[in-house]
Amino acid sequence: MQIPASSCPAASYYVLMATRLDVRNLTVELPTQSGWVRPVNEVSFVLDEAETLGIVGESGSGKTMLSLALMGLEPPGARRKGQVWLHERDSAADKRGINVLAASPSEMRALRGREIAMIFQEPMTALNPVMRVGAQIEEAIRVHENRPNQNQIHSRAIQSLERAALSDPKLRARQYPHQLSGGLRQRVMIAMALAAGPGILIADEPSTALDVTVQKQILELLAKLRKELRLSLLFITHDLGVVAQVADRIIVMYAGRIVEEGPTMEVLRHPRHPYTEGLLRAAPHLERGKLVPIPGTVPALNALPSGCAFAPRCPYHVTECDAAVPDNRPADSNHRARCILVSCAQPMTMN
Amino acid sequence: MQSEKFLEVHNLKKSYSVSTGAFTKSNRRTVAVDNVSFALERGDTLGIVGESGCGKTTLARMILRLIEPDSGEILFRNQNWLRARGSDLRALRRTMQMIFQDPVASLNPRMKVGAIVGEPLAVHEPNLSRRDRRKRVAEILELVGLGLESLYRYPHEFSGGQRQRIGIARALILRPELVIGDEPVSALDVSVGAQILDLLAHLQREFSLTLILISHSLPVVAQLATRVAVMQKGRIVEIGSADEVLGAPQHPYTKALIAAVPQIPV
Repeated sequence: MQIPASSCPAASYYVLMATRLDVRNLTVELPTQSGWVRPVNEVSFVLDEAETLGIVGESGSGKTMLSLALMGLEPPGARRKGQVWLHERDSAADKRGINVLAASPSEMRALRGREIAMIFQEPMTALNPVMRVGAQIEEAIRVHENRPNQNQIHSRAIQSLERAALSDPKLRARQYPHQLSGGLRQRVMIAMALAAGPGILIADEPSTALDVTVQKQILELLAKLRKELRLSLLFITHDLGVVAQVADRIIVMYAGRIVEEGPTMEVLRHPRHPYTEGLLRAAPHLERGKLVPIPGTVPALNALPSGCAFAPRCPYHVTECDAAVPDNRPADSNHRARCILVSCAQPMTMN
Repeated sequence: MQSEKFLEVHNLKKSYSVSTGAFTKSNRRTVAVDNVSFALERGDTLGIVGESGCGKTTLARMILRLIEPDSGEILFRNQNWLRARGSDLRALRRTMQMIFQDPVASLNPRMKVGAIVGEPLAVHEPNLSRRDRRKRVAEILELVGLGLESLYRYPHEFSGGQRQRIGIARALILRPELVIGDEPVSALDVSVGAQILDLLAHLQREFSLTLILISHSLPVVAQLATRVAVMQKGRIVEIGSADEVLGAPQHPYTKALIAAVPQIPV
């Protein structure tokens, strides 16, 4: 979408691409017996229209909690801080949008599905086993209609199944989830998520539970839909190979914080944070080669080190690392890493 | 030493009847493993790759005789393993062990780690004194990278990777010759999975183990396997050295599997 520069004097990059989601210092706090912990810690990023942003991290990195917090689905008792500005698709570019964190539960219900939707790793647990899939999709459409018209809703449900490239959508609509394979179920989930026409889709490990050949089809489908619907995709995964295929930019998370961010190929080819570098070396490739594991484990959130959270596992560790949490430093024009070793544009030397 | 085939599998077959409804009986059968044959030398690592439902887990379980095959033959060190009964069976059983996919479900949550890892010893070497058993458990825990304090802790106190180490310790305490890992790293994070693969490679050398590694992931299998078998719909469609199968695949299904692996650009 081309927006005249004059309508948005504040930031010149709006000229190229409209921002759909603007997350500023999002922190999620959870109560535990030993006090509040922060599974998401001061996370900021921008998601543009028709852009795919990959969020990479291992379990405990906070990537799933981040996506739940964006949807207002964080666990009961959790506290959210910061700002999450959602810009509706047809809103004027200079409008500030809606702060999701300040939205009331009913406002949030109106946004969920219509503006921002989510698909999960295991489609079987996300689908209702005793309801035909068509009826489940119709339900997702109906909640956003003031004067529901059953015929219209039914045809929209069939359309959305068709859009998710399900063969024979009329037959599929009459089937129950258990009658479908894992790949088809994930297509139904995608159809349901997109049924009410959201502009932002959060996909939390959407292909992890699937076989590789099916995974490939699902990734291709998401890429196609993103193009056709100008969908902004927040793609959460632990798989660096998957993220390389789908994402324009990636964010690497560790212990609740962003530790590296930048264009996908640049981050994967020239990682600037030791954790990203370690992940790349620990990921199995097709060739037989020596994997280099990252020693140790992810620290518990209630026992984070005083300085850099990765310091105890880091091969480049120096005493300064323990002094304070490093800033997210610019390594290149749009590439940043939270590491004190980042001070110039040269990639780290691997030894 | 005379060269003997370590493990030979001939025409192994297993089918299940398909239930078409809660109250109907049918004669339809689905073939889970269809005429599978292969042979392994001592010290080999065979990677079995295939997508869900291809029969790889059924095959592994038949090799361990956790499932009885419909027909076929398994020769383990030239002994007919399927006919073994009584004490022969028990003696052979301790030489084969399994590592499971889910380190949470495969460890008894109400037993301490020392008891979990020591249980195979209690079964197969009942005459061992408590002190000796404790010593053997401590040795193996150290080998898999767990400290002595873990003896008195429960599985839930450990991370996923550590629990998988507990499972490996339990599998190795009887000093088996054949270890089957059924998706041993698929439930783990990348960095932890790499640690476990590294550990398996190390232990294989240490114990001169023969390994069968079952996985849906070609890259995981590629790390350890010397031989690779690709399964589809109950059959082995391609088998050969890892270099041949991964480097110059012949079967279209193997080619499709390799093409579907998301690659990290270098």
